[in-house]
Amino acid sequence: MGTSSVDSVLMRGILAKNSHHGHNSLRRGPDQAGHYGIYGGRYVAETLMPLILALDQAWQKARRDPEFADEMDYYFKHYVGRPSPLYFAPRLTAHLGGAKIYLKRDELNHTGAHKINNCIGQILLAKRMGKTRIIAETGAGQHGVATATVAALFNLPCHIYMGEVDIERQKPNVFRMKLLGAEVVPVKSGTKTLKDAMNEALRDWVTNVESTFYIIGTVAGPHPYPEMVRDFQSVIGAETRQQILEAEGRLPDYLVAAIGGGSNAMGLFHPFLDDESVAMYGVEAGGHGLASGKHAASLNGGAPGVLHGNRTYLLQDEFGQIIDAHSISAGLDYPGIGPEHAWLYDMKRVNYVSATDDEALAAFQLLARLEGIIPALEPSHALAQVMKLAPTLAADKIIVMNLCGRGDKDIFAVAERLGQEKLGQEKLGQEKLGVSI
Amino acid sequence: MTRIADCFARLAGENRAALISFIMAGDPDLDHSEQILRILPASGVDLIELGMPFSDPMADGKTIEAAGLRALAAGMTLPKILGMVERFRRDNNHTPIILMGYFNPIYRYGAAKFTAEARRVGVDGLIVVDVPPEERGDLWDDAAKAGLDIIRLVAPTTDDARLPVVLEGASGFVYYISITGITGAGSATAAAVAENVARLRRHTSLPIAVGFGVKTPAQAADIARIADGVVVGSSIVDQILPGLDRHGKPALPLPQFLAPIGHLVKSLASAIAQARK
Repeated sequence: MGTSSVDSVLMRGILAKNSHHGHNSLRRGPDQAGHYGIYGGRYVAETLMPLILALDQAWQKARRDPEFADEMDYYFKHYVGRPSPLYFAPRLTAHLGGAKIYLKRDELNHTGAHKINNCIGQILLAKRMGKTRIIAETGAGQHGVATATVAALFNLPCHIYMGEVDIERQKPNVFRMKLLGAEVVPVKSGTKTLKDAMNEALRDWVTNVESTFYIIGTVAGPHPYPEMVRDFQSVIGAETRQQILEAEGRLPDYLVAAIGGGSNAMGLFHPFLDDESVAMYGVEAGGHGLASGKHAASLNGGAPGVLHGNRTYLLQDEFGQIIDAHSISAGLDYPGIGPEHAWLYDMKRVNYVSATDDEALAAFQLLARLEGIIPALEPSHALAQVMKLAPTLAADKIIVMNLCGRGDKDIFAVAERLGQEKLGQEKLGQEKLGVSI
Repeated sequence: MTRIADCFARLAGENRAALISFIMAGDPDLDHSEQILRILPASGVDLIELGMPFSDPMADGKTIEAAGLRALAAGMTLPKILGMVERFRRDNNHTPIILMGYFNPIYRYGAAKFTAEARRVGVDGLIVVDVPPEERGDLWDDAAKAGLDIIRLVAPTTDDARLPVVLEGASGFVYYISITGITGAGSATAAAVAENVARLRRHTSLPIAVGFGVKTPAQAADIARIADGVVVGSSIVDQILPGLDRHGKPALPLPQFLAPIGHLVKSLASAIAQARK
């Protein structure tokens, strides 16, 4: 059984452990060139290649440096508010009538999502590398807000690339980023969403290579990003492990997390990958349904390909052109997924399923009513899977779901989708949701 | 000797740099881009880089990105590009053609199949922006086996320690990216280019072509005094725009549509021809 000492949930323990896994461990990946099986790698233009290699060197050094880990732990504790609680959700559990449901409350972090965990790590690395300018891409705006936040904290100028479509549907976060002093650069090319924001951020980086650190927000991109972001987010799973052992005296039976690029899921799953008794569900955005072709389910509806620096599953047509993703959640609206997920999908270690826009909206409302927590639309997809899974399980089974973001940013988009009038008590009432008082 | 090596050897004999023009295959549609391709050699182009459109061209600026999106909207695909080269070769057996693009469409098509077919229809070399030499097993081994020249990109950020890695397996010529940036962006100074070309020559005997940010005949002449080849892309692609309607579809009769392209290419060729005199 894993250690329950406090050290193991501190970055000092996580980073040290993740750089020394044995050959049989599912936590061993990637190899030195960033491959997880056939996935991952470094597929970037030559201009960036030397920078990516230098970043990898700096990262490999930092992850073995206890001082780096201690710095992260300081900010995690005093600035982010870690550890985040592992909350037993009694009314949700009773309502679904099956397994015990715990929520990992990463929506309580400063800035309202798990994204800040990674940003703290990357900006500390940027500082070590002497970089003087920060760029990032953002979809829902949560990563943009987290990046703008750490840029303010460390007094570095910050440019956030965001698709015009996403700017429109995530206005509160755009305003937040501006308040934090970041410049939000609207991206008008392509589909004007997250993938195009990432293209534009890469174009900026290739132009400003010497000064600039690119804080990628998910477990994708050229090596070492998938590994680095995973390690920073692994604090979620490491805390969960200790917290569930304290609460239940055993590991959970199921982990459930939403997947866009897959950073919150990777962070929750990774510390449990070698625990065979723990089953895992990664929930992709099913949009209007997989059959409709309008979704963001790269694993369930895509094929392997190369984009944004890594080989992974992508939404693409028969000629290898990237297809627009569709999701009500801007944060999941990306046509790719982290390469480690692609690897785990092929070996079937994690069950990758999907939830539609409508299922996520129902879950969004249910959690608000039952537990007084308004979740972000991204983890609402995970909750939709919990709603399917929990009732099929015995009462002694345990599910942990990563509640990776809060829904403040989504209330306007949800109101528009549901129709203002439907927010009235009669339509959204307890009868309709079947909630017992 | 390959068609590319032949071409550079012949030009070296004439003490002239090569004019290498980039156009996007299928921009604004297959017929028109095939017509553009045909007029390039007669207008003074020595080697042709034929872009393979991709939905997400991370290393390109707005001009090339827009060209690729026009081509895709008009239904361009890899098999159609190969067909275009095959038809071009019926009338032209001397102008080298280098396909340039991103990896995913090739990966999807199959790298071994693609490189073999490309060679069969008369493609001479391959530039794939996002497959570094380190990932050679994905593409470069197949390209070498098929007999395609592997044109490597070298950037200002590629230091002396890394150059041998990049040049390992390179053939045809070496493409020096003169700026840290995307296509169609700012231009490097001639002095900076000269310094880097000299640095490159210490590591390779292959011809060196310089691209990114070369727009005008005067800039082309500057580069032609330093390097063995001058690559012009975005400013040629820009010459398509006057012939398009607001939906990006061709709107002029063919001679008028082609005129600005032919005009710019001829003035570039003439500037390069005069450069070392």
